[in-house]
Amino acid sequence: MGHSTAELSDPQGPPHVHHMDAKTAYESAKFGMWLFLATEILLFGGLFCAFALFRWMHLDEFHAASKHLNVWMGGTNTVVLLISSYFAAMAVDAAQHGDNAKVRRNILITIGCAAIFLVIKYFEYSEKIHHGYLPWMFDKYSPEVAHLNEKYSVFFALYFCMTGLHGLHVLIGMALLGWVYSLAKKDRFSGRYYTPVEVGALYWHLVDLIWIYLFPLLYLVG
Amino acid sequence: MSHHEHGPDCTHDHHGDHMGHIMPGHIYRNILIALLFLTVVTVGVAQIHFGGVWNIIVAMFVASIKAGLVAMYFMHLKFEDKFTWIYAFIPLFLLFLLIGGVFIDNPFRIIPSPQ
Repeated sequence: MGHSTAELSDPQGPPHVHHMDAKTAYESAKFGMWLFLATEILLFGGLFCAFALFRWMHLDEFHAASKHLNVWMGGTNTVVLLISSYFAAMAVDAAQHGDNAKVRRNILITIGCAAIFLVIKYFEYSEKIHHGYLPWMFDKYSPEVAHLNEKYSVFFALYFCMTGLHGLHVLIGMALLGWVYSLAKKDRFSGRYYTPVEVGALYWHLVDLIWIYLFPLLYLVG
Repeated sequence: MSHHEHGPDCTHDHHGDHMGHIMPGHIYRNILIALLFLTVVTVGVAQIHFGGVWNIIVAMFVASIKAGLVAMYFMHLKFEDKFTWIYAFIPLFLLFLLIGGVFIDNPFRIIPSPQ
């Protein structure tokens, strides 16, 4: 499939060298991405399970530690990601209508939102690290602070693991969408071929889906 | 678009030519508005103290409505075949088994306390 996708966009190219028609290639690529997203849910699923168990074991500490997260920053990032997902969906819509200029515009807004998300995350991380909430750093502080931070260490270990893995996905998503942008720049997409836009957007929506659960778990109910 | 063999106006006329389902653009906008509204709801209900496990259940319920909207409309799951549906739900089922298994085990363990 991979070797034929670029040629499929070109109606002037040889039409019969492929071992499957364009529709089958599109459906297979999309199904492959859904399959991959299933493994992604399980990857995060292990962390969600760990969060559920440790929350049950240390409920009071989780409540207290959760209050140290900034709901406004987390909420803003939720809105930013939802808007980015909307523009990813609109990029697919534009590609379906064969409008490569609109694909580029929508993809750029999506990547811009991703960048805003990471900048806000950077400020959050800096503040948490400054307060000694990195699980392996709490003993670097005075005994009182260290004692307090140690109480929060399980929550913040999970916080950094879950948001860190999610942040990595944001970075990968940005790279993937950057590749889609470069294809749109070559006017590759039409109503008959837009697989990279659809598949890239699917990946981006998963990044949004994971955050939809992370935000209330980490920032609100703790 | 320039090398499109049917010309620029074919997008609405020949649905057979198309790969996936095309939704009217305003649906995406309405879904975004619903998602933003539900985010306000998420933050709002978190301020109410329901007691016990109810806060996390309400929060996960609202999050699941949001996730459902993203999957059904932004990810076009609504228009996918049954195999995609199966693979979308298998990880959720496995996750349910994992978390369910952990919670029918751990809360009932008797941990010997050090004397």
